[in-house]
Amino acid sequence: MEPILKINNLKVCFDTDGGLAKAVDGIDLEITKGATLGLVGESGCGKSVTCLSILRLIPSPPGRITGGEILYRGMNLLALPDRDMQRIRGNDIGMIFQEPMTSLNPVFTIGDQIKEVIMLHQQKTSSEAEELTIRILDKVGIPSPEVRIRAYPHQMSGGMKQRVMIAMALSCNPEILIADEPTTALDVTIQAQILELMQSLQDESGMSILLVTHDLGVVAGMASHVAIMYASRIVESGSVGDIFSNPRHPYTLGLFSSIPVTGKRGGDLYVIPGSVPDPLSFPEGCKFRPRCLFAAEQCTAEEPPLREIEEGHKAACHFSKTIDKYVWKEKTKTASFLISDEQHG
Amino acid sequence: MLSFTVRSFFQKLVTLFFISIISFLVVYLAPGKPSQIDPLNPKFTPEDLVRYRKEFNLDKPLYVQYYLYYRNLFSGQLKSWKDNQPVMDKIKERVMNSLWLFLVGTLITWSLSFPVGISAALRRGSFFDRFSTFIAYVLISIPGFFFAYILIELVVRAFNVPVIGMYTFGMAKADFIYRVMDRIWHMVLPSILMALGGIALLSRYVRAQMLEIIHQDYIRTAMAKGLSADVVYYKHGLRNALLPFVTMFGLILPGLIGGSVIIESIFAWPGIGRMAFEAILARDYPVILTINFISAVLVLAGTFISDLLYMVVDPRIRL
Repeated sequence: MEPILKINNLKVCFDTDGGLAKAVDGIDLEITKGATLGLVGESGCGKSVTCLSILRLIPSPPGRITGGEILYRGMNLLALPDRDMQRIRGNDIGMIFQEPMTSLNPVFTIGDQIKEVIMLHQQKTSSEAEELTIRILDKVGIPSPEVRIRAYPHQMSGGMKQRVMIAMALSCNPEILIADEPTTALDVTIQAQILELMQSLQDESGMSILLVTHDLGVVAGMASHVAIMYASRIVESGSVGDIFSNPRHPYTLGLFSSIPVTGKRGGDLYVIPGSVPDPLSFPEGCKFRPRCLFAAEQCTAEEPPLREIEEGHKAACHFSKTIDKYVWKEKTKTASFLISDEQHG
Repeated sequence: MLSFTVRSFFQKLVTLFFISIISFLVVYLAPGKPSQIDPLNPKFTPEDLVRYRKEFNLDKPLYVQYYLYYRNLFSGQLKSWKDNQPVMDKIKERVMNSLWLFLVGTLITWSLSFPVGISAALRRGSFFDRFSTFIAYVLISIPGFFFAYILIELVVRAFNVPVIGMYTFGMAKADFIYRVMDRIWHMVLPSILMALGGIALLSRYVRAQMLEIIHQDYIRTAMAKGLSADVVYYKHGLRNALLPFVTMFGLILPGLIGGSVIIESIFAWPGIGRMAFEAILARDYPVILTINFISAVLVLAGTFISDLLYMVVDPRIRL
């Protein structure tokens, strides 16, 4: 199926006092219509920058998109005039953010803030827009929406605010919803509710979702495809099945073996040695090399490109043909390992 | 909200009562006595001194003096010791003179500071931003009186117009249009000078405030909705950036009296600030105390208005 959004070789830089920081360094992503792509990575690996780039919301200065293209229905968003880009934001592509607490304007009622998007993108009168606002608030599970549209953000809880954000992002029935860690700031029970809500709204409307998270559990529950990001590059991508049952990049393997598994006791959890490199001074060659158990000379000489290892499953490692979970288990002797054989296939 | 308003109003009244006591004591504690006005005057005998003290109730205990003073103030009988004119009449005339300067100066300050501050913030690091920053620091650094003399020199030479005082002598019979122009010319320099320092400070505040706001998450949300930059900055941004200035707006009221002493002195402007200054030199207690009292009322009224305005503009504040 033709992807609805395709990112080719996107590069984003930030000018900092310490020099040029490559926040995103040539990544490729594809989102299929109606599917959910989970973008996973540690803090600071470039997930949010990627999301913001799609809507061209990178604060500039200091940030700028230095290369690549973002194709939405074949249109390169990076080349669009501002006016056309504004028509796409909120209308074709909606976005929700990590911090529902601060993402709503404190001095306007939530009704006004949602109505604003509807009236901007759809030719609706104020009263029609209000009706629509009430309907969409009802849909995202806000009780007595006809009263709540007069509420200000500070009168609502974090979960409620995130529901309002979702309502706002979906009010114009976008083709794509970008959700940048939508549940990180919420407590666990609310997290599940919000994810469920997103799922049901997706089933109803057939929109595509780009779900950014650092929670692999969330990805397993929500996504059909996964891209693992490390130090401004995609290191592994594929279907959820590929990634969860047959990870082939040492970083992905490290991530999975550092997750505690309920019911398995004894032994230490695996820890990926070292820490995330500073984007101002990435290591030569493969950026994961200094922390990698399989590092060899070739890894310093050449940064491995993202290569297909099997149908639809790509990894950026020189040795991903030979490294798999069995080799990994042998090498690390980790006691617990999330990837079980039952999940395979 | 109503209960807050009523409570706040009565709190302010209590505060005003204590201010009245303290300002009364401060004036009496200050060195110098009104009865010592001219000890070298040969016509000023010790009997006169006694008579003088008796006449002005200075021989009575302080609390009686306090009572008499405020009784006279509220019944409108208070008279200046210097010329025996009713204090309120004198003040009223002077306040009207100052009011013009104050209004024009404040109007210039607020109507220029916001565009300058906002443009500087939105174009951070641009030539305009750096230029306005430079000018602001120059204006803050140069003392007003020094700047005044430079401006007087320039304006008088360049336009050949009178700038000292409120109007030119002998203009009373001139045509209306000439009288108006004369008044305006006299007002230009002092009001600009009053405004300059304010613009320098206020535009910096506006810039800082706006810079903080445009990096807030909800600005990004507004952008993500597809709103144009103007709507994002001027509707979603400015509305939030304005909140702290509501407080400041209430606090400019007392500037009517305190803000103009130097400028009024330089330009021989018969305003209230200059009158207060002269009353202090002359130990004219009724005038000093009345001006003090009015200042206190203005400060309290200003904060009261700010509180009320804050409730109107910020939905998070419901007291």
